[in-house]
Amino acid sequence: MKKTCLHQCHVDLGAQMSPFGGFDMPIQYRGIVEEHNAVRNACGVFDVSHMGEVDVKGPDAEKFVNYIFTNDVTGAPVGQCFYGMMLHPTGGVVDDLLVYKRGENHFFLVINAANIDKDVDWILSHRNGFNVEIDHLSDSLGELAIQGPEAEKIITEVLGIECADLGFYTFKELTYKGKPIIISRTGYTGEDGFEIYCDHALTVEIWNALLASGKVEPCGLGCRDTLRFEVGLPLYGDELSDDITPVEAGLSMFVKLDKDDFIGKDAIAKQKAEGSKRKLVGLELQDRAIPRHGYEVLNENDEVIGEVTTGYHAISVDKSIAMALVDADYAKLDTPVKVRIRRKTFPAVVVKKKFYKKSYKQ
Amino acid sequence: MKIYYAPSHEYIKVDGNVGYVGITDYAQKALGNVVYVDMPEVGDEVEAGEDFGAIESVKAASDLIAPASGEVIEVNEALADNPRLVNEDAMNNWIIKIELSDPAELDNLLDEAAYAKVCEAEH
Repeated sequence: MKKTCLHQCHVDLGAQMSPFGGFDMPIQYRGIVEEHNAVRNACGVFDVSHMGEVDVKGPDAEKFVNYIFTNDVTGAPVGQCFYGMMLHPTGGVVDDLLVYKRGENHFFLVINAANIDKDVDWILSHRNGFNVEIDHLSDSLGELAIQGPEAEKIITEVLGIECADLGFYTFKELTYKGKPIIISRTGYTGEDGFEIYCDHALTVEIWNALLASGKVEPCGLGCRDTLRFEVGLPLYGDELSDDITPVEAGLSMFVKLDKDDFIGKDAIAKQKAEGSKRKLVGLELQDRAIPRHGYEVLNENDEVIGEVTTGYHAISVDKSIAMALVDADYAKLDTPVKVRIRRKTFPAVVVKKKFYKKSYKQ
Repeated sequence: MKIYYAPSHEYIKVDGNVGYVGITDYAQKALGNVVYVDMPEVGDEVEAGEDFGAIESVKAASDLIAPASGEVIEVNEALADNPRLVNEDAMNNWIIKIELSDPAELDNLLDEAAYAKVCEAEH
């Protein structure tokens, strides 16, 4: 199993470790609830060095990124970040990713750990006919996510990095302690926050400085999942997959059908015109019982109409809630359904997927 | 009351023909914050080695395995509203109370010393 550059730090902190995306990763240190609340109320730091990075540059870089990526990077300013997906021709999702525009015809792609090999193969297999240079940087870069309402203040004061000038979904490149870093105002928690990419040694140095300040909670992947779930952000493998499309997942806004040809465009255009058969919805249960990934969703006649993609007794809203992929006939708000949890079924109602309000800084 | 332990981290405290079944302190620590306890109903039959419910942390659901067979004569209703009681005092916040149907099954369980070794091996 792979290890991030911070692996020993996690072990030394007594983290509960578990495999994720091919890496031995920290699930929690002090506890998921404490870590979750630290991010909602103050500041937490996550080791997300397991994420993959691919650099794309060359005369056709913009054209190439627009061909493999659903969002539209045409003519964007340097320093802009984009969320979107790479699609199969069927419209299913190869991966969801962030794209950073580093220069005219220079882009940086941040991909999911579990999909690194698949994505790199995918990217390389579609480069024919494009004049681009593709560098796979996953093994040489670390990544930290510093998240929460205090993040800007702490990065400024503890690390001495000016970041107040960054707007949401923008980034800058600078030299810090003699080394190049990328810092973006991005994240996966629904709170204000930043992500920093740099080499392994500097990743460890920044991590240690943040913890030594006593103002930043070390946070594991356990609360990363509860945080992103509460604000309705998808996780590849749960809400997105090779056979779930962005239309079904409610992410059509990140697929720009008005740009030139890109992989999956025709399938998505067709699905949007015809309407998708399945839709990702929010569910709320009255009971405390917890709907988990893979549990069946039933209609009032006990027929299976879909399944739960992620569910929790959510920490910030104190309710048993879920995201579920269901037959589109049952996707309207307030539709009564049921969830099978072990040997019983529990009544639930379709609600909005944004269970908790995001607090991004614009 | 004599306490017996199962390698799957349940205990049963035996008082005559009645057993109080819960999860051990080791188990509650490993689980972290308990957010839900799925319990059977009074009158249900539980069977040694079979699951009778589940206990859930934020992250995951774990089956509860009956250490002995019998009829459920009471469930700990306090856990429905306040599952965290299991974290506060696992050994006293039992989950179900059963009428033992075959007390000889208790001989298959572990005593405190043997159970401590199981925990040590897992650690």
